[in-house]
Amino acid sequence: MGSDALLFYAFAGAAVLGSLLVVTQKNPVYSVLALIASFFGLSGLYVLLEAPFVAVVQIIIYAGAIMVLFLFVVMLLNVPREDAAEWDRAHPLYRPMAVRIGGALAVLLALELAWALSRTAGLGVGVADGHPAVSSVAELGRVLFTDYMFAFEVTSILIIAAMVGAVILAKKEK
Amino acid sequence: MADLITWVTSPTFIAYATLVGVVFMALQISAAVMVYAERKVAAFMQQRLGPTRVGPHGLLQPIADVVKLFFKEELRPKAADALLFTMAPIISVTTAFLAFGPVPFGAATTFFGLLPEPMALMIADVNVAVLVIFAVASMGVYGIVLAGWASNSKYSLLGGLRSSAQMISYELAYGMSLATVVMFAGSMSLVEIVDLQQGYWFGVIPKWYIFIQPVAFFVFACAGIAETNRAPFDFPEAEQELVAGYHTEYSSMRFAMFFMAEYINMVTVSAVAVNLFLGGWHGPFIPPEYGWIWFLIKLAFLLFCYLWLRWTLPRFRYDQLMSFGWKVLLPLATVNLLLTAAGVLYFGL
Repeated sequence: MGSDALLFYAFAGAAVLGSLLVVTQKNPVYSVLALIASFFGLSGLYVLLEAPFVAVVQIIIYAGAIMVLFLFVVMLLNVPREDAAEWDRAHPLYRPMAVRIGGALAVLLALELAWALSRTAGLGVGVADGHPAVSSVAELGRVLFTDYMFAFEVTSILIIAAMVGAVILAKKEK
Repeated sequence: MADLITWVTSPTFIAYATLVGVVFMALQISAAVMVYAERKVAAFMQQRLGPTRVGPHGLLQPIADVVKLFFKEELRPKAADALLFTMAPIISVTTAFLAFGPVPFGAATTFFGLLPEPMALMIADVNVAVLVIFAVASMGVYGIVLAGWASNSKYSLLGGLRSSAQMISYELAYGMSLATVVMFAGSMSLVEIVDLQQGYWFGVIPKWYIFIQPVAFFVFACAGIAETNRAPFDFPEAEQELVAGYHTEYSSMRFAMFFMAEYINMVTVSAVAVNLFLGGWHGPFIPPEYGWIWFLIKLAFLLFCYLWLRWTLPRFRYDQLMSFGWKVLLPLATVNLLLTAAGVLYFGL
């Protein structure tokens, strides 16, 4: 096993373990921290894909800005710990329903994963041949504003809509 | 295995390993020196003498402080979250050390011919150095926020909450001012940005970016002081309102780690400012081989400015801090960014 593959499994393992901890932790503050750890794993994967810019931006935006906001809200609202007893006392319909929906989604995800893996079986870890790594910031910017212009602009409209919605929701409470 | 041994015993490897050790030690010592400087400058500004008892002119005071911190009892409130309470100072101090990694502090040198090839005076040469420093520095807030939350005390929690709100507000302006310089220089590598500031206009004025981008420097300085939680933006620990803010419940070395992180962050922000705006290690009279002397002089001046500001300006009110960040600094940085973009595009600088 090459060092690249070794690093891949280390980072991927960190990302998966982090995501698992997010949903299994009872204390919401620990969930937030596990999510940050998972983002660091993802960032490491980007470095392995020779995209240091994306890796750093992942840390700045998600781990550095958005998760600080998450932590801020969790602390400000003082979200209580989830207790198993409370969960059992929930409406009887919820539990089997949640299990059914969750199970269906899990099966769907597993099928998709199996399908994706069957298509990439021959490829090794790393950057696929024929697709040059987008490592330079200038190149990334050029591609973003030419080839992917439409997707880029649509995303920005989506974000503005979300922002306006958040402002309106916050104002209503007064 | 033989390869590994030749690699480890090669002069270049030994030089780099030594450099890492020296920088690590220098950052720790800089914290102690800054504590002494802080007390002496404060005394000077208030017409006092400051520490005088330990050693000549109180020079051994930092050592006495460190010994005291080592031997104090470590306390932890009963209701505190044990894991996060321990982790918070570790996160703070680790991010502080990490952020200095991609900062260059001198031109490449062979150390008087000791090395076969010149070596760069920096720990890690990353091609997106500016962003890496920004990313690591933005991680530092977790140490403060978690300390505030894990202590389970209302003063600590208020300090932690204030810190996260302050960081979010000032990080945008900070990033914008960095982006302006990066755009102007056309590079994200600090070494390249420094080398672009070589030379003089009319033979007198050095080609530093502070003269071309004074607005960006102003925004960077304000946001940098806010990011390092120094007066007049020291809300997370505002002692008159919050006892000691996020580190109220900390004692002994855990407290010392927060303090060390604060001073190392000051050094890092100043070092980045020297590289981005003050021409790095370029200056007259001293040959380029000894450029790090100029770097240290500029660094010391900026650090003195930090202390100067602390003992000159009173603390803002909290709502003033927020409106200053969002209504003054951010629009200023944005307009500056747009104007610079237009200028770069039009003149093709």
